[in-house]
Amino acid sequence: MAKLTMVQALNLALRQEMEKDDRVVLLGEDVGRDGGVFRVTDGLIDQFGEERVLDTPLAEAGIVGMSIGMAVYGLRPVCEIQFSGFSYEAFHQIENHAARMRWRSQGGFSVPMVLRTPYSAGVRALEHHSESREAYYAHTPGLKMVIPSGPRMARALLVSAIRDPDPVIFYESKALYRAFREEVPEEEETFSIGKSQIVREGKDVTLISYGTMMRPALEAARILKEKDGVEAEVIDLLTLSPLDDSLFTESVRKTGRAVIVHEAPRSYGPGAEILSKLVDRSFYYLEAPVARVTGFDVVTPLFSRENYYIPGVDRILLETRRTLKTH
Amino acid sequence: MPRTKIDLPYHVDHLSILDAEGNLDESLEPQISDDVLNRLYSGMLLGRRFDERLLNLQRQGRIGTFPPISGQEAAQLGAVATLRDTDWMVPAFRETAAEIWRGRTLESVILSNNGYSEGAQTSEKSHTLPVSIPVGSQMLHAVGIGWSIRYRKKDDVAMTFFGDGATSEGDFHEAANFAGVFQVPVIFICQNNQWAISLPRSKQTRSQTLAQKALAYGFPGIQVDGNDVLAVYAAAAEAVERARKGEGPTLIECVTYRISVHTTADDPKRYRSEEEVENWRQRDPLTRFQKYLVDKGLVNDSKIDALEKEVTEKIQAAVDNAEKQMKQFGDPLDMFDHLYADIPPHLAEQKEYLSKVLSTGNEE
Repeated sequence: MAKLTMVQALNLALRQEMEKDDRVVLLGEDVGRDGGVFRVTDGLIDQFGEERVLDTPLAEAGIVGMSIGMAVYGLRPVCEIQFSGFSYEAFHQIENHAARMRWRSQGGFSVPMVLRTPYSAGVRALEHHSESREAYYAHTPGLKMVIPSGPRMARALLVSAIRDPDPVIFYESKALYRAFREEVPEEEETFSIGKSQIVREGKDVTLISYGTMMRPALEAARILKEKDGVEAEVIDLLTLSPLDDSLFTESVRKTGRAVIVHEAPRSYGPGAEILSKLVDRSFYYLEAPVARVTGFDVVTPLFSRENYYIPGVDRILLETRRTLKTH
Repeated sequence: MPRTKIDLPYHVDHLSILDAEGNLDESLEPQISDDVLNRLYSGMLLGRRFDERLLNLQRQGRIGTFPPISGQEAAQLGAVATLRDTDWMVPAFRETAAEIWRGRTLESVILSNNGYSEGAQTSEKSHTLPVSIPVGSQMLHAVGIGWSIRYRKKDDVAMTFFGDGATSEGDFHEAANFAGVFQVPVIFICQNNQWAISLPRSKQTRSQTLAQKALAYGFPGIQVDGNDVLAVYAAAAEAVERARKGEGPTLIECVTYRISVHTTADDPKRYRSEEEVENWRQRDPLTRFQKYLVDKGLVNDSKIDALEKEVTEKIQAAVDNAEKQMKQFGDPLDMFDHLYADIPPHLAEQKEYLSKVLSTGNEE
C-alpha cells in the first residue's frame, strides 16, 4: 500500500473511476492543464484527454448547470468549484435544480453528480477562501453532504459519491490536503454515504466531529487520556446529510457526555442539529449539558486572526473538561 | 499603432415568410410535409383552446395559478416541430403547446396546475425536461445535455426555451458562453413576448435585438416573426441542421406577444394598454396560418369545424379524467418520495411520523 496525501488519494479515486466508467467526466476551472489549483486532478487530462477533463470558462453557475444537464443525460459528472466560498455563485443551480430534478420529475430524471470543493480555514488564504458553510447544503432536501477527514476515507467516499444516484456535495479540507499521509490501497475501496465511524473508543465522554476538526478532536482525546486519565470516544460523522445518528446516540447513552466540534459558525450549525438529536434520543442518559465547540458567528477572519476562530485543541479540552466536571 | 476599426463579419437577419394577413413569400416557403402542416395546425389550435379552457377552470377555482400561452403557439410549435423524438427539449414554463407536442398529456398539465406533483411525472425516455420556473436557469442544462450528446457521438440536438426577461439573467450569459466555447448542438429559442410581467422589452436591454446577443458568444443569432409558424420552422430547421452537423449553437429570437396575462395572478391593465394588445391580436399566429392552409387546400371550413369539435372533446375528456384522478392522487405521504433514489432513514422516520399522526387523526 502506498502512503498518500489526501490530494493524491482523491486523484487516485478519480483516476480509477474514470478508468472503470466512461460516464465519469470532470469539469471546472483550471482542472485540466493546471490539474486544479490544489492539483487534485493532476495528470488526468494527460491520461483521459480534453474530452473527459474540461477546462471550463470561469463561471460557477455554468459549471454546475452544465453538470446537471450531463447528469440528466446519463453521465456521471464530477465538477470542481475552486473554493467553497465561490459555490454560492451556483447555489441556485444546486438548490433549484440539482437537488430537485428527481422530485420535480417524480423519479423521471435524476442528477447523479458530485460537486467537489475545498472548504475550511487554516491555510493563510484571502477572504472567501476559508469558509465552512456545510450547513447550507446539509439543510437542502435532495442533496447529500460528505466531508472526509483523511486520505483513505476521502478516496473511499469519493468513489462512493461518484457511484451514488443522487447529487453529492463533497467538501475537501484544504487544511488536510497535504497535512499527513495514510496507507491507501491500490485496489478498490468504498465507504457507505450516510454512515459515521467510531475512530477512538472510550467510556467517559463522546467527541463528535468531522472534516478538518477531526485532528484537533483526536489530539484532545489523546491529551485527555494522558493528562486526565479520561477515555474519550471519538466519532467521525463523515456524512452530514443524511446524518447517521445511530453511533453517537449509542455512544452518548454509554458515556452520558457529549462535545460536538465543528469549524462552521455556531448558530444553526450542524452542532445544533446533532445536539437536538441527542436531546431527542439520549436525554435521560445525559449527565451534563452537551457542549458545542465551534467557529463563532462571524465572517471567517483573515488569517492573522483565524486561529482564534478555528476551534483548536485548547478550546476542545476546555469545554470537554467543563463537561466532565458537571455532575 | 493607429486606432483601427475591427471588422466584425457579423449581421443579424430578420425572417418573415407569412405576413399578418397570411400573404406568403413563396421564395422563402419551407418544404414541410402536408402531414406536419396539419399536425402544426391542430397543435396550435389545441394549444389555444386548451389555454382558454384552463383560464376558465382557473377563474372557476378548479385549478390554481398557471401561465397562459395564447399568442405564442407559432413560436413554440414551429420550433419543436423540427425535432426528432431522440432530440431533447428543455423548457421554461410557458411552452405548454410544445410540451404537448412532445408527448405531455393534457391531464398532466391540469394536475400540475392544480397542485398535484403527479402531473409532473416525466419519463426519462421523453427527452423533455419538466418545466423550470426560476427564470433563465434551465438553459445551462441544455448545454450539458448538448455536450453529452457530442460526447456520445450522436447527432441529436437539445432545444431550450426562455423569454425576453431571461436574457437579463446571468445564467443566460453563462449558458450562451459555454455553448459557444464548447460548440454544443443547442438551439436557444427566445420567445420574446415583449413583457416580463410588467417590464417591457425596451427596458430589459438596450440591445436593438435579442438575436444579436448570440454574436458576442461566437455563434449565429436570427430574429424571426414569432407569430409566423413558417418562419419559426424555417429558422429552427436550419439551426437544427447546423447543430446536427457539429456546427454548434444558434439563438433564434421569436418576436411574439403574450396576449394574455403573465400568470392568472397578474393584471396586465396595470402596465399596458388594451390598444397595444388589440394591435397584436391583429397579428394572430393562428389565423394567418389557417389562411395559408386554406390557400394550399389543406383545410376548409368543414374541416376546421370538425377539428374544433375534436379539440373541444379532447380537452373535455382530459378535464374529466384529471378531475377523476385528483380524487385518487394527493396522498400526503408521497411528499417524501423521489427526493433520493432510496429514502434515507431520517425521511423514512418523518414519513412514518406523519402516517401515524394522520391515522390517529382519522380514528378520533
